[in-house]
Order: sequence, then C-alpha cells, then structure tokens
Amino acid sequence: MSDSLLEFRKVSVDYAGRGGTVSAVTDVSLTLIEGETFGLVGESGCGKTTLSMALMGLLPDIASVRGRILFNGSDLTTMTESQLRELRGDRISMVFQDPATSLDPTFGIGSQVADTIRAHGDVSRKQAKDRALGLLAEVGIPAAAERYADPPHRLSGGMRQRVVLAAAIANNPALLLADEPTTALDVTIQAQILDLLADLQRRHGTTILLIAHDLGVVAQICDRVGVMYAGQLVEVAPVAELFARPRHPYTRALFDALPSGSHQAGALRVIAGQVPDLAHAPTGCRFKDRCPSRLAECDETPPLAMSDSGASIACWLDPATRAAGGLGPLAIAGESNG
Amino acid sequence: MNGRLEYALRRVLLTIPVLFATSIFVFLLIRLVPGDPVRTMLGIRATPDTIATVRSQLGLDHPLITQYWDWLRNALHGDLGQDFISHEKITSLLSVSMPITLELTILAMLLALVVGVPLGIIVAAKSGWTRRLSNGFVIGAISIPDFWLGIMLVLIFTGSLHLLPPTGWVAFTDNPAQNLRYMVLPVLTLATGQSAYILRTTRAAMLGTLSEPYIAFLRAKGLRQRSIVYLHALRNSSGPIVTVTGIQFGVLLGGAIVIENLFALPGVGRLIVTAISERNYVVVQGGVLVVACLFILVNLITDLVHGLLDPRVEEAVSR
Ligand SMILES: Nc1ncnc2c1ncn2[C@@H]1O[C@H](COP(=O)(O)OP(=O)(O)O)[C@@H](O)[C@H]1O
Ligand SMILES: [Mg+2]
Repeated sequence: MSDSLLEFRKVSVDYAGRGGTVSAVTDVSLTLIEGETFGLVGESGCGKTTLSMALMGLLPDIASVRGRILFNGSDLTTMTESQLRELRGDRISMVFQDPATSLDPTFGIGSQVADTIRAHGDVSRKQAKDRALGLLAEVGIPAAAERYADPPHRLSGGMRQRVVLAAAIANNPALLLADEPTTALDVTIQAQILDLLADLQRRHGTTILLIAHDLGVVAQICDRVGVMYAGQLVEVAPVAELFARPRHPYTRALFDALPSGSHQAGALRVIAGQVPDLAHAPTGCRFKDRCPSRLAECDETPPLAMSDSGASIACWLDPATRAAGGLGPLAIAGESNG
Repeated sequence: MNGRLEYALRRVLLTIPVLFATSIFVFLLIRLVPGDPVRTMLGIRATPDTIATVRSQLGLDHPLITQYWDWLRNALHGDLGQDFISHEKITSLLSVSMPITLELTILAMLLALVVGVPLGIIVAAKSGWTRRLSNGFVIGAISIPDFWLGIMLVLIFTGSLHLLPPTGWVAFTDNPAQNLRYMVLPVLTLATGQSAYILRTTRAAMLGTLSEPYIAFLRAKGLRQRSIVYLHALRNSSGPIVTVTGIQFGVLLGGAIVIENLFALPGVGRLIVTAISERNYVVVQGGVLVVACLFILVNLITDLVHGLLDPRVEEAVSR
C-alpha cells in the first residue's frame, strides 16, 4: 500500500458570525497518498477554501476546527503557532486563487521568493537570491535576473502566478495546496499554469491538493477527485472512474449540468434548487432537498464508504454506504426514481 | 526604477507652479486688506508728506504688477525687504526665529510619530479594552485645544511639580540642555493631538493591510509574524501615514503660532503675530511666505518618501 501523507479525520469547521454559526465544513474524512495529485471540486461556497485554510492553520479567529488533520502522522490542529509556521512554506505550501493580490505590491518579485527560503533555513542573502533566481527560471519567468527587483504590478497575471508558484515550491514542500490557482486567469494562461503544476509535480514528486470549481481543470492533471457539497464530502473516486461513472446524485447532477454532452471540460452550471444556507444547515445529507432520489434515510448523515470500484460515495442509495451505516439493501421501489 | 524616478521628477517640477501661485497669494493678501496699509501703519497723525515718503520707500506708488515683480525678484535673491520699525532685514529676523519654529515643530512631529506609529500598530491587532482605551485617548487628545493643554501642562509641571521652567527661551547654541528644558512643554503640547492623529491613521491603515490576501500568502510562506507586521504590513500602510504626517505638519505650523505665543518662544509664529499687531506688513509678508514655502517643501518630501516606499506610484505616472 502507498503511504498516506495527509489525513483529514472527521474535520468540521464552524464560523461564529453575527448572523449565527456557519458550519462551512462538516465531518470531512479524506486521505491523500504521497505523490498523488488530488482534485477537490464543488460549487463556490461549499467549503473548499475553508478546508485548506484549516490545514494551513490560517483560519480567522472566528473559526473553530474539530477533528484531526494528520500530516505525516502529526496532528496539525494541536500544533502551536510556531510549529505551524515552521511547516508552512517549508513542508506544506499554498497557492491562492488570485495572483493579482497574492504578492506584496511594495516588494520586488525575487525577494518574495528569497524571503521564503530565508524563513526556513540559515541561508545568506546572496545564497537565497541565487536560489530564488533559479526558481524563477524554473517556473518560466524569462530574464529572471533582470526582473528580480521588479514590483509585481509590472507582471501579467500568469507571470505573477508563476512567481507565487516559485515561492511555494522554494523549499521543496511535501504537500502543495493550490486553491483555484487558475480561476482568475485567461483560458490560455490557465492551461500553461496547469502544465507547470503537472511538470513540477513530476519533477519533485510533490503531493498536490488542487482545489477547483471546474471539472475540466481536475480532468487534466488529477489522479483522484473529491466532490464537496455544502461542506460535506460526497464522493471520492479515481479521476477516470468519476468521469466514467459518477455515482453520487450531486456528482451526476454536476455532469448533467455541463455544456451539452461534454463530459470532458467546462465550468459547473446551475442545478435546480438552492444550496442550503450553511448557517441553518439541514441535518443528514445536505443535498437531499435537491436530490431526485430522496429517501426517508436521508435525514441521517450517510457515511462515506468505499465500494469495490475504488470509488467512495456518501449516499444511502449506495450499497456500500448502506452496509457501513448498518442498513439493509435498498427496497426496489426506492431505486425507480434514480 | 525609471518609473519611480519619473514620478519623483514630475513631483519636483510640480512644486514650481505651486510656489509661484503661493507667492502671488501672499503678495495679494497684504494688498487686499481694506484700507491703505501705510496710513494704518503710521497712524492717524501722520502727515501726507510722511505717508508719501514711506509709500515711495516701499515702492507702493508703482503699479501692482511692478511691485510684485520687484518683490519676487528680490525674494529670489534672498532679500525679503526691511522691517521699517526695527530697520532689520527680514531675512535676519527669520534666521533667528525660523530655527526655533523648526525645532519646535520637528521635535513635536517626531514625538508624535514615535508614540503614534507603534501604538497604532499594536492597537490594530487588539480588540476589547485596549482598543477602547486607545479610542478614548484619540478622541480626548484630538478634542483638547492646544492652548488649554499647554496651560494645564504648565500648571502641573511648573506650578505643582516645579520640574520645568514655565515660559521663555535660551538659544540652543548657548546652552543646549537648558534650551531643551524650555522646549519640553511646548513640544508635549503640540505633540499630544498629533500623536492621536498618527495613531488613528496607523491603526486604520494597518487594519486594512492586515486583511489583504498578500498578508495571508506571507503567512502561508511561513514568514515570522514580526517581519510580516513591521516589514510588509507597515510598508504597505505607510502611504496614509506619510500623507497624514505631511498634512498634519501644516496643522502643526499653525499650532506653533499659538504655542509660541503661549510659551513666549521667539519663533516665526510669534514674529508674525507681533508684526500683525504692529501693522508691520513687510514682516508679515516675509514670515507668511517662508512658512508657506516650508509647508510646500514638507509636502514634496512626503510625496517623495511615499514614492520611495510604494512602487505603485509609477502606475499613477503612466496614467
Ligand atoms: N471568514 C468567514 N466568516 C464567515 N463565514 C465564512 C468565512 N469564510 C467563509 N465563510 C463561509 O463558509 C462557507 C465556505 O466558504 P469557502 O470555504 O470560501 O468556500 P469555497 O472555497 O468552496 O468557495 C461559505 O458559506 C462562506 O460564506
Ligand atoms: Mg474558495
């Protein structure tokens, strides 16, 4: 068996806001295998960023995390801020959605790669600069030496995201979190950045958690995919399996909502009904109100259970889920709606 | 770098028309005061002959434009005319009073910055009673009038504690320690309100900056909190702080007029106020011009510092 690098164990995140408590992530359990590229998809607002910020330990004070997040076996949720700081940017890195706002506008791009190197090692200014230059070249910044001191606003969005990536991989992290790294970019640039990610993954063997709200992005470079809906993880499957046989009613609805007939690419479209308000989330399966195959059991939360195809689904329609939840096989009448 | 150099150059060139406009304004200010300045100056018992003599001595019998031109040309050559009461050159009067005003205002501004910026940074990260305490200080310090605060400080430090001299002045070159002792209360008086403005500005700017995504990215890179706050966040917040410092320096120059009179400091403010009460308009004109130029210079420096700290100014140039 391959080694697990990262493990979420029943992780929940609540935001204590003025309008009540928002349960942004609920009981997410997920294991990432060393060296894989894992895609996490779901409509915006379903808790993808919250989950990744929980992993980084960068949630705002109003957020509270329950459950365990194990990285190489140690629980990140119980670490002190200084222990986390040592991991961040060194063993675990993160790339944000919008390259236009990810870089400090008052510092040169090169120094924003070099500072990451110096934050995690006893390295001289000169050495850090040399390594930063190498990294900028590696991510494809032309004439890196001349652009080293340029402030970010002189670079295009795609170039800025390359700088962000250079900083993220500067210390050769074991895990790279990329939160919609291409959403803010033009389509042609998106492809380049994805290629670069895949390329870096191949060269350094970095485990990547790629967050996307776009199935096309996931299809391009991911090994496995997790689908989130309203804070719950509803399906996890190898990418080929998910595209060939989406099982969870929400995943199927996602594919049905894609532009005509294409199961290959495209942004997620609207599905009938509304995403539940996470400040007053319903109990049980959160998709039940929009689900065409709703059952009486759906008021109980279905466990995510692995079936023999290698896919895991959290849905009472699924035999593996029913077995894991201690329920008998589904009555035939229930299936006719599906 | 070129963009920033261009910004600096443009900014310097921009001061030329501003200086020009200021000189016209100062010149006209005196001319537009109702009544004949010479008559007001010499009093009702002056003979028409004396009035005519003084008038031609001052060049007031020439057309306005000629007067302005002469005044400007002389001013550019470092000659601001003569005080016709003491018969001293205006420039030598100013060379005595200007350093005092500069010492007072610069010390006050430095103190305000040294107190206001760090407190603003600290308070930005706090809520609860620290924040309420600082809000209370800001409101209090801004709303207390300078002269009242000055009197209170004198009552406390001189009247009750006998720690400091009440009013007066000794030249720095004669006795530096004594000079600074005389400066303590005026500087404290001026700096209190200013430190509150700086604190409030710093806090607001830091709060805004700390919620920017690039700050989150710096944290995601594992940088130390100290360098995130004091290097990155402070530099990104420096725009409003520097701008407010520049504007408040003008306010400080105005406040210095009151404070110099209150503490009997022979600075430019006192010079101007005395000259106004004596209808000594050549002195008023010279003093106001120099103070106005000082303000313009401070604003220039402010903008140049801003350009140095924030490379985005070059975007403003290219627009
Ligand atoms: N700082 C916050 N305070 C309160 N609620 C938040 C905050 N950040 C996110 N949320 C809420 O948490 C939910 C998940 O948000 P997010 O993790 O950003 O989703 P995604 O990244 O999938 O778009 C949303 O309902 C959002 O409104
Ligand atoms: Mg997001």
